Amino acid sequence: MENTGFSLLTLVLFLPMVGFSILLFMREEQEAAIKWTALGTSLVTFVASLLLWIGFDFNNPGLQFVQQWGFLPSYGINYYVGIDGLSLLLIILTTFIMPIGILSSFNSHIFHERGRIKLYFMFMLLLEWAMLGVFMAQDLVIFYIFWEVTLVPMYFLIGIWGAERRIYAAVKFFLYTMAGSILMLLAILYVGLQAGTFAVPEIIAGIQSGAISFPLDGIFSTQSFLFLGFFIAFAIKVPIWPLHSWLPDAHVQAPTAGSVILAGVMLKLGTYGLVRFCLPLFPEASIAWAPVVGVLAVIGIIYGAWVSYAQTDIKKLVAYSSVSHLGFVVLGIFALNSQGIEGSILQMVNHGISTGGLFLLVGMLYERRHTKDIAAYGGIWKALPFFGGISLVVTLSSMGLPGLNGFVGEFMILLGTFGSNSLGFFYAMFATVGVILAAVYSLYMFQRVYMGELDKEENKHLEPMKWNEIAVIIPILIAIFLIGLQPAPFFDTMNASVGSLVAHIGQFVDTTVAQASP
Amino acid sequence: MFEVPSVSSLYLQLALPGISLAAWATLLLVIDLFIPKNRKSVTAWLAIGGIGFAFVVNLLTFNSSGTAFLGMFVADSFGAFMNIIILVGAAIGILLSVDYLKRTDIERGEFYPLMLLTTVGMMFMASANDLTIVFVALELLSIPLYVLAAFRAPDLKSEESGMKYFILGSFSSAFFVFGAALIYGATGTTNLQEISAALGLLGAVTGPSPFLLLLGAGMMLVGLGFKVAVVPFHAWTPDVYEGAPTPVTAFMSVGAKAGGFAALLRILIVGLPLLMVGEQTSASWQTIVWLLAAATLILGNLVAISQTNIKRMLAYSSIAHAGYIMMAVAAAGTPGVGDQAVRAALVYLLSYTFTNLGAFAIAMTLEKNDGTGTDISTFNGLFRTRPALAIMMTVFMLSLTGIPLTSGFIGKWLVFQSTLSADLVPLAVIGVLTSVVSAYYYIRIVVNMFFGEGAGDPAEGATPYVNWAIYISFAGTVLLGIIPVLVTTLSDRITLVAALVP
Repeated sequence: MENTGFSLLTLVLFLPMVGFSILLFMREEQEAAIKWTALGTSLVTFVASLLLWIGFDFNNPGLQFVQQWGFLPSYGINYYVGIDGLSLLLIILTTFIMPIGILSSFNSHIFHERGRIKLYFMFMLLLEWAMLGVFMAQDLVIFYIFWEVTLVPMYFLIGIWGAERRIYAAVKFFLYTMAGSILMLLAILYVGLQAGTFAVPEIIAGIQSGAISFPLDGIFSTQSFLFLGFFIAFAIKVPIWPLHSWLPDAHVQAPTAGSVILAGVMLKLGTYGLVRFCLPLFPEASIAWAPVVGVLAVIGIIYGAWVSYAQTDIKKLVAYSSVSHLGFVVLGIFALNSQGIEGSILQMVNHGISTGGLFLLVGMLYERRHTKDIAAYGGIWKALPFFGGISLVVTLSSMGLPGLNGFVGEFMILLGTFGSNSLGFFYAMFATVGVILAAVYSLYMFQRVYMGELDKEENKHLEPMKWNEIAVIIPILIAIFLIGLQPAPFFDTMNASVGSLVAHIGQFVDTTVAQASP
Repeated sequence: MFEVPSVSSLYLQLALPGISLAAWATLLLVIDLFIPKNRKSVTAWLAIGGIGFAFVVNLLTFNSSGTAFLGMFVADSFGAFMNIIILVGAAIGILLSVDYLKRTDIERGEFYPLMLLTTVGMMFMASANDLTIVFVALELLSIPLYVLAAFRAPDLKSEESGMKYFILGSFSSAFFVFGAALIYGATGTTNLQEISAALGLLGAVTGPSPFLLLLGAGMMLVGLGFKVAVVPFHAWTPDVYEGAPTPVTAFMSVGAKAGGFAALLRILIVGLPLLMVGEQTSASWQTIVWLLAAATLILGNLVAISQTNIKRMLAYSSIAHAGYIMMAVAAAGTPGVGDQAVRAALVYLLSYTFTNLGAFAIAMTLEKNDGTGTDISTFNGLFRTRPALAIMMTVFMLSLTGIPLTSGFIGKWLVFQSTLSADLVPLAVIGVLTSVVSAYYYIRIVVNMFFGEGAGDPAEGATPYVNWAIYISFAGTVLLGIIPVLVTTLSDRITLVAALVP
């Protein structure tokens, strides 16, 4: 394992904390300085993360930029970070979304009402740090620490700067996700005690060589419980139906930037966890549970789309569409083959960009009209043609139009599901229904908000887009077209790592089948 | 018959931290007479000086080991680590008291020597190697606390607090003594090592009676369980905590707990680790401790939800935290897990000391001079008036919940780890699930402070002394959470189990 002194990865991870510390010593009145410091920090972090991509060896399936320091060495717990093809894209997604979230809140109404600008941006940077940590951690305990820490800033972002029912939403968000992850804590402890180490690569190597094994003989066996301990924590975060009920509340009440980050990155913590921990640590249980998870995912796809269609609150509509989109991601992961998993990882990125973009646009509408009721809009295209055009692109990207980013990921996932040994034709078929439903609710929403007659007086004189609103949406558009037209570099990034993951799981297919049919 | 031992054979220097503090407390009673009535903070500073001296001596002699007082007192890393917890707690407790006593008009010089004396009791409990010393230390711990709890007399609640604590405390002491007597009856000794050696003969015809041993262990468990407030011996806690002056409550909630658990761990792990009847492969007391822990966790956390008074809420929370430490005690009953569990319990206690004192300190800043202002609605809007206090209180609440980057997480982590190492999976599950429950009532305080309606309290009790206490607690909570190595390097040296193999 190469361990070259101070790793660039650690630098990327702690850059947001540098900004956090600078903000700590600024005064509340220095509003402009606070905003620009936060934005500058997140931009520098983004650039640094691009350096990671440049320095990344595409052909190496293992960990790169590894760094280890003692945290609690006598208990076998180390600060241990490293990235591979599975995490690199998500790290870049995080550093890409954060400056957008920060810039989008520069002139937000929330500061007129609630103030506390300094605290707001401190929480943003703290959140970025914690989320990056989740994607980088290779030690189960360090991973758990970052995982839990993400809760705190998001809780305050919703609770202090959210909408009317923010307290309810914040507390629900906190308790729901904490309840899920606390069982994972026990599972982590158990795995660590059995394996003698908390370092994920070492545990996986042990599982591969047979030195570490968690018995799986039926639903009530050790590995099954451990799998569920991890799975439930991730499923709540994703969220997988039926554990999704915190999501609409959190999304609707959160401030715009909070929603963008929540949809853009935080939900991916869950799906990333499934790929990074559930599959390789518990391959047999993953194979055994895949059909069940697949059913939940498909229900989520259709349910999310269906409920989306019925919404009258535009933010809630986007929130439920996330349930549907992430159903696809989970389905692709549990296809347990290369196409499915690669499609899922790309779809995580896509969803972050498209849904993040949608939340930004909804936020801009809200800044102008102070309502999220779809019925209050109509004919916006006529009032704001430029804005309408952008909205069309983002909406089409979200529903998966070929040529834009959403299509590539969804197509790969369906392909993977179809060819999967654990899922198969019927899963793919029902998921395809979800694709159609996505077109229905997206276009229906677009029709009601942007098309039709400009018949409401309040909508006739809307303020055109401000400079920072244009500045945040342009990168989103670039990413949408870039991934849609040129997806190859993204797949190249993850190919090797996904290949080794699939090979690792494939090793256990026979044993699992043998155990399942006594 | 009896030989009078020479002073040099007592090895008094091993007990220097405790002895010096005891001597200083007695001296301070006299010195205080010469300190004018309006300058009693001088007494406080002298008391803190004594604690500081003991603390430094304790650190310097951290690695010393040996027995003093003819084997009745043992100096080892366990005791030294406990002393750190107790002395830190005492120092913060005194810092909290100075202005509080003045503004609530109960400033009397005796307060500080009493604080020191109960501290000495705790320290001796942590280093006791003999049941008689445990008992003497237990009384030295308790009696000043009875007085301190009633220090606000003639305030009715404070009198009730002291009276209740005294009566129930006496009962529990009686239980303890009777238990010790039964153990003596079974083994013929009160020395912990000798008890342990006698247990080696358990099952032999000439060996000790398992019936007497079990009954004795059970009764001692009742006596110490009362001091640390585990269910079902917890009923006094909310009333006493609510009525006692807040600095006393704060100190009591950590100090008495530390002392009680220290004695409990020593008795169970040094004295009775081999108490296994018949085919048992782990200590007989494990099951009952397990049940006590589970009951404590469930009841403490559930009842805390419905509290509206911050002192009562923290009282139930302190019951709940006794449950988490009891988890480690239960884990210690499995051979091979003992030291790991002891270390976990001690790190937990240290973390709890910082966090809980901080929480009480902030609650105290909101308290009015007449003892009102302890309702949790007082916290409403605190973030608007005193943002720094609100943020620090948030950290304390997160730490009590066990969220990472605070000391509470490290403590819980180690405790859960030892519980799983001992294969007590159901207990660990109860532990994590009740943690979620606890999140509910801790977060409610945060909700009140940040989102609550109301103008916000000016927190007039936040005087410089109190602020320093809060800063120290805050630093401890955060440092221990981010750089736990600072503490584990010390706690890793604790070997209680090995002490029984001569």
